[in-house]
Amino acid sequence: MNEAVVSEIPHDASRTQSGTHSGYSYAFLDELTKKSVRRAILKAVAVPGYQVPFGSTELPIARGWGTGGLQVTLSLIGPGDVLKVIDQGSDDSVNAVNIRQLVELTAPGVDTTAATEEATIIQTRHRIPEAPLHADQIMVFQVPLPEPLRVVERRESETRRMHAEADYGRIWVALYEDVVQHGRITRSAGYPVVVNGRHVMTPSPIPKWDVPRLHQAPFLSLFGAGREKRIYAVPPLTDVVPLAFDDYPFAIEDFDGAHCARCGSDDTFLVEVPQPDGSSVMSCSDESWCEARRTERGQS
Amino acid sequence: MSAIATLPTEIVRHDHVASRNAEQIALKVENLEARYGRGCSACHELTGPEHSTNVCGQCGTVIACADVSFAVRAGRTLGIVGESGSGKTTVLRCLYGDLNPAGGTASLMTYEEGRANLFTASAQVRRRVRNFDMGMVYQHARDGLNLRISAGGNVAERLLAAEWRRVDQIRARAGHLLERMEIPRSRMDTPPSAFSGGMQQRVQIARALANGPAVVLLDEMTSGLDVSVQAGVLDLVLELQRTEGVAMVVVSHDLGVIRLLCERTMVMKNGRVVESGLTDQILEDPRHPYTQLLVSSVNA
Repeated sequence: MNEAVVSEIPHDASRTQSGTHSGYSYAFLDELTKKSVRRAILKAVAVPGYQVPFGSTELPIARGWGTGGLQVTLSLIGPGDVLKVIDQGSDDSVNAVNIRQLVELTAPGVDTTAATEEATIIQTRHRIPEAPLHADQIMVFQVPLPEPLRVVERRESETRRMHAEADYGRIWVALYEDVVQHGRITRSAGYPVVVNGRHVMTPSPIPKWDVPRLHQAPFLSLFGAGREKRIYAVPPLTDVVPLAFDDYPFAIEDFDGAHCARCGSDDTFLVEVPQPDGSSVMSCSDESWCEARRTERGQS
Repeated sequence: MSAIATLPTEIVRHDHVASRNAEQIALKVENLEARYGRGCSACHELTGPEHSTNVCGQCGTVIACADVSFAVRAGRTLGIVGESGSGKTTVLRCLYGDLNPAGGTASLMTYEEGRANLFTASAQVRRRVRNFDMGMVYQHARDGLNLRISAGGNVAERLLAAEWRRVDQIRARAGHLLERMEIPRSRMDTPPSAFSGGMQQRVQIARALANGPAVVLLDEMTSGLDVSVQAGVLDLVLELQRTEGVAMVVVSHDLGVIRLLCERTMVMKNGRVVESGLTDQILEDPRHPYTQLLVSSVNA
């Protein structure tokens, strides 16, 4: 991690210039802030699934727009790192582009990419890339609501007690009531999981499709909630088990044989894309994966 | 209307239920003390039945109960009687973990084979003991039930907390218990907020008995029930004493209930035990002036 304060940049530094903003610390945050975030990360890794409070700082983007993930990313990143930022599987959304630009401007020596396999740090809003990840990659999740028990208990003091005592009867009852009323568990995004056999955790609103990929994953997953001021983690090779019943087991989304209209994949997480004529087609949510498949098939 | 077909009644019992020895002491309490306030060296001297108060004259601390000791064997029932504010409920709340006692020990047959003090165990351990081995019926149904989730869900919460993970078994067990409490299965998925007070109380009893606990604490369980339902509830409790080897502590104003259910009885006044022994002996030949008053007021 670089201690240098960036200088030599014009005040109106724009993206076209190769330099960075003057007067800002490396990767925007000052070293003490980064240190405090790293301390929270270390604690989170030591107690998988436990929400570590941290002093979420001000950033040039608003809280609720990925500031938790961004603070984690900025605290970890250094020269030689390659950053990928995705927003619902897209590298080109405004939020993803802005976050990438902030890092490009303030952290010299960091490359950005859209290619999953090249990235060392992948900051994401609500997806895990389809491409297999490896042990030297870090997933950073932007988390809007870190508390899985909030649906059954409003009071923070009470949810913290429930986590401390592993008192998870009530979240289980919520799932039971769901089964009784609807004949199945209707939760989709942010499906509650048990991490390392101890803490119930929400895996940020990733679709159920991505949840099994956290189980015994080779990579480190870090979750940052900027507005709620919490950081938590799933270290590599950790058990992540969705809450489900023996007779109503966890199931990922079923696209009923549908395939991507652009690359033809039928083994990825699909989203519905509206067409100008009012109809809609299914398409890969992970655009860089879709792109790669099309290139492979010479369709691009 | 439930999305699940009605399942055959089947009682799934905990393994340890069968292995309980009827002669074993299920619950042993020694010198239990609970207080509201800081306490001082004179508290013990200045409170108790001889001073007709449980408020310390020197520091104003309320000695809710002190020097309470008793033991209950598996399959037996202890009654606690006494006037309002005599500390009966406080004793139960300390045992169940709703209140932290200031001193004393409690040992449970099913926890470390009765060798460890439950009061000094960690909050997580206490919660586990409470979820697996204890049941409680509160005086007010709203303290013991979540009135917004279904009656079945309330019973299921206890089963889920004790790690039952099959919806069909949970529903069979919950439905069976509710039926024995004269709540038809057709109302199992109705929230108790739509029930009468008596029905709510019966849901609470079903909930307390759900996972075959070693110890059940009953606080005024029949108050607010009409006489015919009372008889049904008492029959059920008697049957459970015989079949499941549950140790019970019954707090009641109703000496008829105490006479029917309890082999032994303890009389409390101003936070102290003033008399204890066989129920018949206490009711026929009361020694302490307060007990004499209590018995004569009923017989008058």
